[in-house]
Amino acid sequence: MTTSDSPADSVDPKLLEILVCPVTKGPLEYDAARQELISRAARLAYPIRDGIPIMLPEEARRLD
Amino acid sequence: MSGAPLIFDRKLLRIRQQRARKLEPVTFLTEQVAQDLAERLRAVVRAFPLAVDLGSPGDTVPHELAEEPAIERLVAVKASAAEPGCTVVADEELLPFADASIDLAVSVLALHTVNDLPGTLVQIRRALKPDGLFLAALLGGDTLTELRQSFALAEAEIMGGVSPHVAPFGDVRELGALLQRAGFALPVADVDRVTVRYSSVFSLMHDLRGMGATNVLLERRRQPLRRTTLLRMAQLYAEKFADPDGKLRATFDIVWLSGWVPHPSQQQPLRPGSARTRLADALGVVELPAGDKTGR
Repeated sequence: MTTSDSPADSVDPKLLEILVCPVTKGPLEYDAARQELISRAARLAYPIRDGIPIMLPEEARRLD
Repeated sequence: MSGAPLIFDRKLLRIRQQRARKLEPVTFLTEQVAQDLAERLRAVVRAFPLAVDLGSPGDTVPHELAEEPAIERLVAVKASAAEPGCTVVADEELLPFADASIDLAVSVLALHTVNDLPGTLVQIRRALKPDGLFLAALLGGDTLTELRQSFALAEAEIMGGVSPHVAPFGDVRELGALLQRAGFALPVADVDRVTVRYSSVFSLMHDLRGMGATNVLLERRRQPLRRTTLLRMAQLYAEKFADPDGKLRATFDIVWLSGWVPHPSQQQPLRPGSARTRLADALGVVELPAGDKTGR
C-alpha cells in the first residue's frame, strides 16, 4: 500500500483522476503552474498546498 | 443542499480537534476501533485497490491498514492539512470524489459529528464503484449517557433549566435504516459497547478534550459552565454511576455500519412465484390450500 509516496510539493496524479468539485460534482482542471484545481461550473479554484488538495469551498479562490 | 437541521458547529469541532492534537491526544478508543476495522476487513475476501478513509482522527487508520494486502492505495480525507497522514482536505458533508471511483470507504469515530448523515451516506454510495464496500464505526446509542443524565440533573437543580451538553447519538436501528435509504445493499448495523472506568468525572472530561470530543452543539449554552453546576454534576455522576470499587463508568457505544453498492453478483431475493420446490416438501409437512384457517 502507498499513502503519500510522492514528493512533498507534487500532487499524486492518481488522486487527481478521482477528484471532482465537491459542490457541483463536476470535473476539475489542473493548473500545475498555480497549483490549483479549477471548477468552471462552481467558479472556484481549489488550492493545492504541499501536494494536498484543499477541497473546501471556503478555502477556494473565486473566479470572476 | 438539503434542508437537514444543523446540530453541530463543525467549525468549532475543527478547532477542538486541533487543540486536542496540541494537547495530549487521547487515542485509546480510536486505536481499538481501528484494529477492529482491520479485523473486519480481513474477513472480507476481496481486493480493494483504492480505499478512502473519511475523517478518522490521527493516522491510526492508515497505520492499521498499512499491512493489508487487499488495499493498494489509501486516500485519507481530513478536515485540515495539519492532521497527520492527510492526503486530501475535504468536509465529509461535501465529498470531492467522482461517481464510481473508489473501491472501499472506511471511517472511524468521525461520522457522528456530521449534520446531514443521510446526505453523506448517499455521497459515499455514489463515490463507490458497484460492489464497493462502506465500513464505518461511529459513536451512537447510549454513548456518554451517564454524563448526559448527570449534567441534566445538576443543571435542572441549579439553573432551573437544561441545556444540551452531550450530543444526540443515532440509534443503531435508525442508522441501519439510513444505510438502506442511501441505496446500500446487504446493510448491516451492529453495536460494540465499550465501558471505560474512570477515577473521576474530571479524568473523563480530560479524555474527551484529548479526543477533541467536547461539546460542539450549536444549541450549547454559550456562557462558561458554572463551577457549582460542574461540581454538582460530578457528585451526581459519582452517586449514580460508580462501581463498588468507586470507579465511574462511562459508556461508549460503537455503532458499526456496513453496506455494499449493488452489483449483479450479490445475493438477490428471487422473484415471487419463481420457486421450483415446495416449502411443504422441504419441511416435510402437508400443504394446506391457501385461505384455510389453521389451528381452528
